[in-house]
This record gives sequence, structure tokens and C-alpha cells, in this order.
Amino acid sequence: MLDTKKLRPDFPILERQENGKRLVYLDNAATTQKPRKVLDAIQHYYRYHNANVHRGAYTLAVEATDAYEAARTAVAGFVNAWTREAVVFTRGTTESINLVAGSWGRANVRRGDTVVVTAMDHHSNLVPWQILCQEKGAKLRMVEITADGRIDLADYGRALDAKPKLVAFPYVSNALGTVNPAAQLTKLAHAAGAVTVVDGAQSTPHLRADVQAIDCDFYALSGHKMLAPMGSGALVAKPALLEAMPPYHGGGEMIERVWDDRSTWNKVPHKFEGGTPNVEAAVGLAAAIGYLELLGMDRVAEHEQELARIAIERLSQIEGVTIYGPREHRAGVVPFTFGDVHPHDLATILDRDGVCIRAGHHCTQPLMRRLGVAATARASFYIYNDVDDIEALVTAVRKAGELFGVLA
Amino acid sequence: MADLGELYQQTILDHNRNPRNFRRLETANRTAEGNNPLCGDRIHLYVQVDADTIKDIGFQMPQGAGCAISKASASLMTDAVKGKSIAAAEGMFQAFRDMLAGGAHAPGKLAVFSGVRAFPSRIKCANLAWHALHAALQNSAQPVTTESAGDF
Repeated sequence: MLDTKKLRPDFPILERQENGKRLVYLDNAATTQKPRKVLDAIQHYYRYHNANVHRGAYTLAVEATDAYEAARTAVAGFVNAWTREAVVFTRGTTESINLVAGSWGRANVRRGDTVVVTAMDHHSNLVPWQILCQEKGAKLRMVEITADGRIDLADYGRALDAKPKLVAFPYVSNALGTVNPAAQLTKLAHAAGAVTVVDGAQSTPHLRADVQAIDCDFYALSGHKMLAPMGSGALVAKPALLEAMPPYHGGGEMIERVWDDRSTWNKVPHKFEGGTPNVEAAVGLAAAIGYLELLGMDRVAEHEQELARIAIERLSQIEGVTIYGPREHRAGVVPFTFGDVHPHDLATILDRDGVCIRAGHHCTQPLMRRLGVAATARASFYIYNDVDDIEALVTAVRKAGELFGVLA
Repeated sequence: MADLGELYQQTILDHNRNPRNFRRLETANRTAEGNNPLCGDRIHLYVQVDADTIKDIGFQMPQGAGCAISKASASLMTDAVKGKSIAAAEGMFQAFRDMLAGGAHAPGKLAVFSGVRAFPSRIKCANLAWHALHAALQNSAQPVTTESAGDF
């Protein structure tokens, strides 16, 4: 496991208290805390290099452009993108998927076509496809999950029989922790003639993601879930697809020449980056990638999986606790319920002990219906969490049980 | 710092465990649905109004769709407004809202929710049933949500 004693001082926010207690931050699937290296990179950018990118003729602007484009190279390397031009900066996973739906989807999905999603998709990889299908008169097919929270491969096969235009699924489920067999799912989808959209929001921060090994067509990621600032993120896509796609947002930067009544488009990826980009976010994302690469993503994955294993073991010892998701192939996400204590009450009680967890539907309402719950509590881990955090969680859950009379 | 005991008072825990008027009301002539999209809480409210008086009232929450605060608040609300005039019920709603916004305690048992003030993330839970009641009494067909009612 990682040496959290050495890591924790890198995260200034972990020094603060939550309701007079040590801050035990276990909501990392929602967003992660930021190390000094990322905070310093943002400050350094504004202090020494800030200018608008891609247009200034002066040295400062060249430096800003270099910093921005270096971040693109960093992202490309981190997920093993086909080329650095395969990386389009966005505000995050949601915008990345909306970009695919609004550009590729609008140009390629027609009346009567099928788009496939899964019952464990986050709303961000579901609602854009609902909107597209409603606009185009296309069918949306949702693939079911197994009782233990994996994609039902038999139902996936049946969905592919309809020869869908596009298949969307999460690499790692934010609400179950399931690590899906992304390469296998992509291979099957390709054999049926579909392009694949992989929601990488929960995979990129937590395991070694390799888009070329998966061979997906589109891969969306969010920086803020991997130590970087909010508003940082990227769409990583096969270059030939990006070349053929129409623009997404019109405006400055994305054009080549503009006449009174028409325009031509800038090269990929700039064609998809209309307007002044969030350079600060890109610079912060590059710093976060540098931090994670020093740790090594294999060790990050191992650390979180071990924490999840211990948390599941310890929580399961409490009578009345139900854990959701598969036993194997899972990331550091532990969803649970506790007797008839509503997760919202649980989260409030845990917060009094400084323990921050998420309670709710986790932006996965279709999944919650299938699990037969309105909401779950969710503890999710990252590199700075350790066994002490799990003990604080377990102690606070027991306290909630006493308050609500679940435990004798 | 606010103590958990101020939020989860015995009366609230009791009404969460054994909610009063927890039923669909066949004689209802006013109904409303309340949603808190942030946490998934949902309430169906049934009201029988005769001659400007709340003759009977009941509520349901789908399985697991109500936290202790929202369920106990709905339960205590139904007890409080039953037999009261519409004007009196609206007055209680105003007093309840004022209490959660930092004002004086609401009358009677409703005062047990004064502790919610120290937990801002839970104020919407306590208000949900009252907004549904307001919508039902206004005969509003639109479901109310905690995100559309301005003062939640």
C-alpha cells in the first residue's frame, strides 16, 4: 500500500477539521482533494505565464500556449492516446460526452437507429443519449445488470443484435465500483458495427487506463476526480473520427477562415475548442498527472482496492449493513445501506464525526430502481486514505445504529 | 457545535419509526406530490378538504424514499393540521418556515424541528411535506420540488 503518512502532508485541506474532528474525506468518487503541487502550478501559471493562448505574438503568450499544449501531451501520455491531437480539452466528462452526442451523434444517428447504454451509466452518459434519440427518433436500449452489479453480457449481446450505431458504458461504475471489461465490450460492439463511448470519469483516476488497449472510439475523463481543478477534463478520441466530425461550439479559436456567411474550421483538436480555454485547469491537470505518475497508477489501484477490501470486510461485520456491487473486479468505491436508516441520515451522523461520505442516488436513478433502493451511502477512497479512515467510518456507522436503534 | 441529539430528538425518531397518518386517503379531494431531487425523497400527500377545513390527511413515501427528518416532519405535520382551517394550516406553514430560517419556534410539537436550523443541508428535508401541503391546498397540479420552491 502507499505510504499515506508521507502523502497526506501534500494535501493542505487534510489539515483542517470537520465539526471539531479530524477530516476523514471519503467522497473521492465525487471529487478529490488537491495536492500542493497542483495548487502551486495554478498559482505559478497566473503569477508568471498568464496570457491568452494560440494568438499572441509576444513571449508571454507563447509561454501560456506552451503550458497549455504541454498539458495536452501529458493527458495523451497518461491514457496512451493515439496522438496528442486526439485530446480535446473540455470542462469534464459531462461536456466530453455531450460533445460526442452533439457532434458525432447529430451527424451519424438517424431515425430508427439504436443507441445502447447500460443500467449502471451515470446520468452524464445517459441523458445526452436520451436527448439525441428523442431529437432523431432513434431507439435507446438499456442493457441490464446482473444481481451482483456487473453488465449482463447476455443482454449486452442481445442489444448488439440490433446493430446499434453507438454503444456507451462506464469503465468503472461510480455507484457500484464495478470495473467493466472495457476492451471486451468494445470488441463486441465493434463486431456489431458500433462506435463506443467509454465514460472514464471513475477509471482514469484509479487505474492504468489505456485507450489504445481498450480500442474504444471515444473516452471521456474529468480532472477534478484525479487531483486536478474542477472544470478540467478531456475527450480522447480516435483522430480519424475527430477529423470527420462537425464542430461542437462555434466561436473564436475553432475557425480557420470566416466570411460573412460561412466559415472553415481549424485543425483537430482546436476545431472543438471554441473560445478561450481553461488554461489554468489544463495546467493543474498536467501537475496532477505528474503527481500520480510519480506514485504509479498500478500502486494507486492496488492501494484503493486494498482499502475497499478492508472496508467491505469491516462494514460487513456490522449487522444490518448491505454492501452493493460485485465481490471482484471493483475499484475503491463501497456503496452500502444500513438497516432502515436512510443514507441521508447516515451521512449527517457520520459528518458529526468528521467522516464525509455521499448519500443519495449518485446520479444513477435507473440503477437505484434496479437495486430496489431510493438511495445508498457511499464511501470512496483515494491515495491519501488509510486504514484509520476506515476505522473512523466503521465507528461512526455503529454510532448511527445506536442512535436509530438498529444496534442493541 | 450543534449536537446530533438536537436534530434527532426522540419525538422525531419516534415519528420516523411509527409515522402517523401514513396511508393513502381514498376520500382525498386535494393531492400533491413533493420531490427532493438532490436526495431522492418523494412524498405523496392526500388531503380531504370540506368547507375550508382539513377533515382528513394522509401521506405516503415510496419504500426508502424518506429520510428520518422528512418522514417525521410529514407525520407531525399531518397531526398538526388535521381538523384545522386552510388559513390556520397555511399559518403553521409560515411559522414552520420562519422557525427554520432562524425565527421563533413553531407552535406545539413542531418546535422539535428547531434543531434542523443547525444542519443547513437538512432544511429541505424538513420543509418537503409542508411545500406539498401548500401545493395541495392551492390545488396546484404541478409536483413541487425542493429546487423550484424559492425559499426551501
